Amino acid sequence: MATVDHAMQDGHAAADPLEAEGYRRRDFLSIGAVAFAGVGAAGVLVPLVAQMAPSADVLAQSSTEVDLSAIQPGQAIKASFRKQPLFVRNLTPDEIAQADKVSVGSLRDPETLEQRTREGKKNWLITLGVCTHLGCVPLGAGEGENRGPFGGYFCPCHGSAYDTAGRIRQGPAPKNLQVPEYKFTSPTTVVVG
Amino acid sequence: MVRAISFVIGFGFIIAVVAALFASLSSLGGETKETAQEALYKHPKELELASNGLFGKFNMQQVQRGFQVYQQVCSNCHSLTHVAFRDLRKIGYSEAEVKKIASDWQLKAQTLDTKTGDRGERPNTPADKFPTVYYPGQGNPPDLSLITKARHDGPAYVHSLLTGYRDMTAAEMKRFPEAKTPDGAYFNPYFPNLNIAMPPPLSEGAITYADGTKSTVEQNAKDVAAFLVWAAEPELAERHWIGMIVMGFLLVATVLAYGAYRNIWRDMKH
Amino acid sequence: MSFPWAQHYEPKNPVMKWVDERLPLPRLIFSAVGAGYPVPRNLNWFWNFGVLAGLALASQIITGIVLAMHYAANGAIAFDSVEHIMRDVNYGWLLRYAHANGASMFLAVVYIHIGRGLFYGSYKAPREMVWLLGVVIFLLMMATAFMGYVLPWGQMSFWGAQVITGFFSAIPIVGDPIRIWLLGGYAPDDAALNRFFSLHYLLPFVIAGVIVLHIWALHIHGSNNPTGVEVKDEQDTVPFHPYYTAKDGFGVGIFLLIFATFVFFQPNLLGHPDNYIPANPLSTPAHIVPEWYFLPFYAILKSFTFDFLWIPAKLWGVLAMFGSILLLFFLPWLDTSPVRSAKYRPTYRVFLGILLIDVLVLGYVGGAEPIARNVILGQIATAYYFAHFLVILPIVSATERPRPLPNSITEAVLKGETGSAGDTAFPERALPAE
Repeated sequence: MATVDHAMQDGHAAADPLEAEGYRRRDFLSIGAVAFAGVGAAGVLVPLVAQMAPSADVLAQSSTEVDLSAIQPGQAIKASFRKQPLFVRNLTPDEIAQADKVSVGSLRDPETLEQRTREGKKNWLITLGVCTHLGCVPLGAGEGENRGPFGGYFCPCHGSAYDTAGRIRQGPAPKNLQVPEYKFTSPTTVVVG
Repeated sequence: MVRAISFVIGFGFIIAVVAALFASLSSLGGETKETAQEALYKHPKELELASNGLFGKFNMQQVQRGFQVYQQVCSNCHSLTHVAFRDLRKIGYSEAEVKKIASDWQLKAQTLDTKTGDRGERPNTPADKFPTVYYPGQGNPPDLSLITKARHDGPAYVHSLLTGYRDMTAAEMKRFPEAKTPDGAYFNPYFPNLNIAMPPPLSEGAITYADGTKSTVEQNAKDVAAFLVWAAEPELAERHWIGMIVMGFLLVATVLAYGAYRNIWRDMKH
Repeated sequence: MSFPWAQHYEPKNPVMKWVDERLPLPRLIFSAVGAGYPVPRNLNWFWNFGVLAGLALASQIITGIVLAMHYAANGAIAFDSVEHIMRDVNYGWLLRYAHANGASMFLAVVYIHIGRGLFYGSYKAPREMVWLLGVVIFLLMMATAFMGYVLPWGQMSFWGAQVITGFFSAIPIVGDPIRIWLLGGYAPDDAALNRFFSLHYLLPFVIAGVIVLHIWALHIHGSNNPTGVEVKDEQDTVPFHPYYTAKDGFGVGIFLLIFATFVFFQPNLLGHPDNYIPANPLSTPAHIVPEWYFLPFYAILKSFTFDFLWIPAKLWGVLAMFGSILLLFFLPWLDTSPVRSAKYRPTYRVFLGILLIDVLVLGYVGGAEPIARNVILGQIATAYYFAHFLVILPIVSATERPRPLPNSITEAVLKGETGSAGDTAFPERALPAE
């Protein structure tokens, strides 16, 4: 079977590419093909990862308009912003004075009421209604709810107490209630987000 | 043993179907009269749109005109519930224009007061979808969001239907008295059932185009067909250009793969 | 793997060595798809379709899982959730079209794969188990595809579910109770939709498991080859890697090119426009048709129009439809020819050719208007289908005169007779005369 052996020998030579003639061309093509496949695989990943990002309808809901005209001084409403509670409060002059009296240096998260409100609209305190400790909804925005020892908001879960400017004064929460991006589009309307 | 059983089962099925075959053959020659549908129904005429073909994309001017046709005529009876007002940004309207279209939209968005259970309404915002139209009259105007995908030859069908209204000829009525248009319906050979509940919706000069194009029934029909293709397939242009890139990439990759294959098998007789 | 000359796994990479000493997965892969798996050298392009089927399954699973993140299986919002995917989810249209057309690609590839098996006798001893597992996979695929098509809750989804679950009511006495139990109601509704979603998510993983068994069974005796003559010694084989990994790479490229053409340029060509109309239980579409891959079976179902022998026509149709697939289980025992490959069975080849045409005719009839001419055509084609497997095949395999077989794969390759492209594509490799 000499001829058969001879014919099949080439097959064996090919199994050891480094020694066969033209190995460079051989390797190039295989490497090129595999590299292209790799790039393709990376390209396939793009839509698979991107599809988990917020869809167009969710992004369209990413800002909320709030009408302030019905909120009296001393009153607050609970709205919804990006599916989370939003506290919109009309501070009384008393509450503003109380907030300004506090020495900023003594606060866990130092901020003045001015820093947390818009220019000329110091009475409008707009914060997320999410406790910065572990995420419960603090009490105090609704009529008759417990406003805690500092007259602002009080979180029943672990006892965090916020003052009239929504700043953390007591309890485990590390930061003040978050103030989202918002702007006044008229004296009585605010667009949040 | 297996063969014996298989013969029995095989012959069982074969004889059963041959019996059915004889039944079919013997009933042949009975049904020769052409139905009205077969004789009078017409397939849609060919329609040339920018979105046709492998490299199709939208002529946004035309799509905007089509939206105006929808807005001024079709929206009185037909919903477009899968399209949101914000989607109109994609056909070239600005944020301010979209906000105005939404808030001016006659049919308001529904609200529900969760404390009292009262239903109310409010103006639409760009985030809202086009509100559902409830049409109390005769017929069921279908939602148009997907109409060009929900009908064979969709865009051409829309155009032919809108321009195809005519009266049955006396000869046709004599031949197919059963197809006589009933009261409240209108004859249209492009409609599969020949008589459609929708009255001819378009008339010459009825639409006001923002870009000043002359409004004819033919123009309206073409434009609204283009708009409805966009409404059904807003991703069409992106799909085509991503497709081109992917095909190009795959062609190169496949050629390389072929080269690698030939290379590896070079010295191996097979 | 049972060929004694198979290369042994000798890891040079220290990480691979460490893993292999603790969990022999690297050596398993090496001996299954690596250089440690000897494969006949003369396989032709029809042998690419197994890998392509695996690729199609992977694609369906990945796109399916991702679509399930956005889909809602409730009758009131299912259709809307699919439109949400198409319009608002980032690249949602791409994922949806890839999944819908991927199903067609998967079934097309599997049909060719089965065709290869029929022609080259891959179902014959000792590979009967591979074939049986394959038929099980095919049945699972059909169930999965059917349930998947119901999920968008369009007109065809609903009415297709109505028709197919209606089959069960053809069974006497227990039929309708079974149907109601399957649906969780009296007609397809939320109960059915939800459970179809659950099972549609589950079955592909069951399919994957059966595929593992399918490949395991295959690797016990190794692949068949176009001559049907078993591997005798080392020269008959090449290592799977790099020879068939390279060949499969090219096959994958062609597959993806065809797949991309559908997804990007004609995504609705194989579908039915009626499925873009939300399901309406009060309005039946003019023509209820399943997807193209079910059309031949649908034709068989519709062919039985005559009550025969106390069995109503509807029941005949259902039995025939299921029977047409179940008879595949018995193929290794219906075909008793000692010759494996149809290359050497000229008589059998003719009938296989007729079978192919027959199945195409059945496919046409399945989707065509139910006018007399088509019904008759379908009935003739159905008769042939059953005759082919249950009557003709046993007789031909027992009585035909096959052509003489080559003594080995190597001999066939050298004579240029393998039926693979190698002999004509590489004329420069022609041998000097003996």
